[in-house]
This record gives sequence, structure tokens and C-alpha cells, in this order.
Amino acid sequence: MPLTKKEVEHIAALARVRVSEDEKETFSKQLSSVLDYVNQLQKVAAEGVEETAQVTGLENEMRKDEIRIASKETRDRIVKNFPEKDDDLCKVKSVFE
Amino acid sequence: MLNELTIIDAHEGLKKKEFSCEELTKSCLEQIEKIDKNINAFITVLKDSAIESAKKIDTEGNFDNYLAGIPLAIKDNMAIQGVRTTAGSKILENFIAPYDATVVKKLKEAGAIFLGKANMDEFACGSSSETSYFGPVKNPIDLKRVPGGSSGGSAAAVAIHECIGALGSDTGGSIRQPASLCGIVGLKPTYGRVSRYGLLAMASSLDQIGPLTKTVKDAAILFQAIAGKDPLDSTTVERPAEDFLSEIEKDIKGIRIGVPKEYFSTEMEGLDKEVRKRIEEAIKKLEKLGAEIDDTVSLPYSPYALSVYYVLMPSELSSNLERYDGVKFGYSNRAGKTLLDNYMDTRGEGFGAEIRRRIMLGTYALSAGYYDAYYKKALKVRTLVLQDFLKAFEQVDCIVTPTSPTVAFKLGEKVSDPLSMYLSDIYTVSANIAGIPAISIPCGTAKPKDGKVELPVGLQIMGKHFDEPTILRVARNFEIKS
Repeated sequence: MPLTKKEVEHIAALARVRVSEDEKETFSKQLSSVLDYVNQLQKVAAEGVEETAQVTGLENEMRKDEIRIASKETRDRIVKNFPEKDDDLCKVKSVFE
Repeated sequence: MLNELTIIDAHEGLKKKEFSCEELTKSCLEQIEKIDKNINAFITVLKDSAIESAKKIDTEGNFDNYLAGIPLAIKDNMAIQGVRTTAGSKILENFIAPYDATVVKKLKEAGAIFLGKANMDEFACGSSSETSYFGPVKNPIDLKRVPGGSSGGSAAAVAIHECIGALGSDTGGSIRQPASLCGIVGLKPTYGRVSRYGLLAMASSLDQIGPLTKTVKDAAILFQAIAGKDPLDSTTVERPAEDFLSEIEKDIKGIRIGVPKEYFSTEMEGLDKEVRKRIEEAIKKLEKLGAEIDDTVSLPYSPYALSVYYVLMPSELSSNLERYDGVKFGYSNRAGKTLLDNYMDTRGEGFGAEIRRRIMLGTYALSAGYYDAYYKKALKVRTLVLQDFLKAFEQVDCIVTPTSPTVAFKLGEKVSDPLSMYLSDIYTVSANIAGIPAISIPCGTAKPKDGKVELPVGLQIMGKHFDEPTILRVARNFEIKS
């Protein structure tokens, strides 16, 4: 079932990714063909099969609730990477309208 | 030429003072300077710091550790503090990593030298290293062809002796497939063996860092140096201490090697006839070495593995890449009025087409109304693929298959048809889904359908969880005795 242009626009908005008008056309075809392929999964009988999210079988890997102080170099580099800053505060546009 | 040495031979030479680390490092740097404009294996070359580190190692004079003084290439999705780390993407074009990945820290402690950051498919999404923002990588054997991906830079650099060894990462075949296409060795460890702290995550339940090297023993050495439980990565597993070299040359008489019927049937489409011949010859060689070949082994869910992968991987990717939003680091387009505009523009411009396609695939598979049919279903079929292997490993000790259905294909051949590119991964994805270790080793060359020059073919050996020793041993025996 091919993805419509509207669906592509909806997904792009959810994913916070701009897609150009041309790309909407191309992506819709390409994504549809991939989805067609992975739809094979519908053929598999898997009732009662448990889901495997990760293969290690590890559970509840805990650590002490202690602060690990980053080195000054690490902290400086993090601040240096801010696209916009005010002293060493990261500047962002307002989240709420 | 010093840059043509293996890790072991370079190590011996350094210990015996036949040459200095500075000479070895400069030999690699000269090769990079000479040919990388044609190969494009490196995004960043660390010439000054490599020479500086080399001089320091020479002064200290301690070459006990196998990796002391060994010049390596590091795939550009692993953080080296103070060094530009791009993941092959415009969105991180000028991003300077604030910390070291654990594997980098371990290699630094061992005394290894970092020559530079290897080029790759953007965010490790690809099988050809063509999607890099910094231009495609070329296969050193035929510059009109791809080296494979996504660790194409690492593979090409090793193949053409720009470095003595390299690190790559493998989520669906990204170490093994380029190793196969470039004629070198590539190992994907068991999931949980190597810390992913500092690896820019693609799919967290599938990613593993591993070595790309000239020989099997080199791969064992580099793997040994980076493996181990890490408190900074809670998916790493505590394992008893092991020496991966100690039994590597023990013979393989009586080792049961499975050849799964599904991998050689028409259901796994696209296996090239010439590639198939090399694999069959390789299997016969293993039999001559005393292994028992079992072709009754069956992995019935194999034909679904690629579908499982292309649902789970984009889903995890879409989540992992949310952090690239131009807020705290990286490319940031703030021209738009609202925060939402900034997100859309930053990510729309910062990410290439393949990344945006995969993010959208993942977003779709995880969205309301589709989550059960796609993501949840894929998780269930993942269990079935895993169980296939667990059952098979009751019957055999390891499994061999082709690594790639074809030899290196031409640049540009598959870029406009994502699905045909995805089919390159058909033999490699199962190992990531099941979390088992897998190695690709060279097993001859074959003529492509569209050319005269023969190109490398890779044999893949998959093993039980944490049984790197067996697959290394089979690989090593094949390497020296064939």
C-alpha cells in the first residue's frame, strides 16, 4: 500500500525533519517499496512469541546515585559546542508560545 | 614499506628497535598524503598529534603492549576528545567531541597512535560509504567501485596500507561487508563485548564496535584491547578473563561447521554465481582441514531477518537521532521564527536523504496504529531468528555463509534504489539481530558481472554468543593453511 503525500508530510512533521516538495514524491515511492518488503513480517505466525528488545538478558544494571564530575576540558568543550550562548548558558528559542 | 606491516610484525619490529614508532607513523601518513585524495578514506587526518604521540612513545620506549606505537584509523562515529567527530554528517561537520569513547580511552592507554577519523556512510546508514557528507570512499582495488559500508573508510584504509589496523562499527554488517569487499578481515563481536560509550549510536540493540585488520591474529589483538565490561555502558556483559590469541592456531579437526540451506537457496535472492563458487571452494578447504561440514543445518526464519532489521533499525535510529536538533551542539539553522521551524530546518538541511528516509521509516513503524504491526511484530520475529541460531548451535559449533551476495559494485549503482542497497545486507543482519559474533575473512576473488578485474570475496563465520575463540580459530586455520 503506497504512502500518500499527506502521510509523508505527517511523518516528516512527527520526525521534525523538513522534506522538500520533490522529495515528498521520491520518498513516498522509496518508502512504499521498503514498507512493501518489510510487510513480509505479516506472513510470520508469531502468536505467543515473546518480544526480544535486547539480546544480553541483562536486567536492572544499577549504579550508585553519585555524581561523577566531568573534567574541566570536557565541560569547556561542551560549552564551546553551544550554537548560541550567553556566558556559559546555552541559548534556545522559547519552548512555549 | 613500514606501513604495509601487520600489527604483529610492526609490534615485533618496534620491540626489537628495528624502526621507531615515529618512522612507522610517518610511513602511514606519507601513504595517506600520497593516495587518500583518490580514496577519500579519511575525513580528518591527525598528522601533528600522531607524530607528537609517536615521539612520546619512542621516548618512553615501552613496547610490551601489542598495540603500543601502532598507528590506527578510527571510524568517525567514535569520539576522540578534542577531535572533530562527524559521523559522516553535515549536522556534525564542526562538532568537537568533548570526551573519549571508552574504546578510544583503552587504545590510548595501550599506546596506540590515531592517524585520523575514517570516512563512513552518514550515521553508519549504508552499505557503500556513498552517503557521507564528505564524499564517497573508493575501493582501492577498483576506484570506480564502492568499498562497502558503512565502515568503508576503515576498510579501504587498511586494504591500501594507510594504517596498520582500524576500528569500525557494525549494526547490520558494516564491518564485515566492507571487509569482504576490500579483501581484509573484519570482526563483529558478540553484542555486549565492547562498550558503546562514545559511539554515536545508530541502533542501540544492534551496534557493536570491532576491528578491521590485515590478518586474523591482528583482529584478535585489537578485539582483545577494546573488549570488556564498562560501567559507562550498561549493555556490556561481565566476562571471565580470556586470551583470544592463546588457542587461535589450535587445529580445527572435528569442529562442526554448519552450512545453512536457506543461505544458498533461491529465497535469499541475489547470490552471485561466482561468489557462490568461492564460498563452496572455501567450505571444501575447511573440510580438508578436518572440520565436519553439516549442510542439514536449517535457519528457517533467515528470509525474514532483513525485514526484522529494516523495521527495528530505523525505529531505534529515529529515536537515537532525535538529539541532533541544533539546540546544544552541531549544525543549527536558527533563521526560522519558531523552535519548530528551527528543528525542521536544522534536521532537514543537516541530514542527508538516506538518513531522513530511515528516520521516517522508523517514525512510521513506531507511530500509533502501526506500532503493533511493524515494531512489535519485528521484535517477535527477532526472537524467532535468535531461536533459530540457538537451535542450530546445538548441532554445530559455527556457521559459514557468504558475507556479501556480490563483489564490490560500481559507485552510484544502488544509490537511487534504497531497497536494492538494503539487500546487500542479507547475510550479515542476522548476526546483529541475534547478537552473535561474526567474522569475515578473504576467501579469494571473483569476476563481477560488469567488469573484468577480479574482486575480493569474503567468507563469513558466525559463532555462538561469546564464542569468538572458535570463529577466530576457524578463520586463522583457513587463513594459514589454504
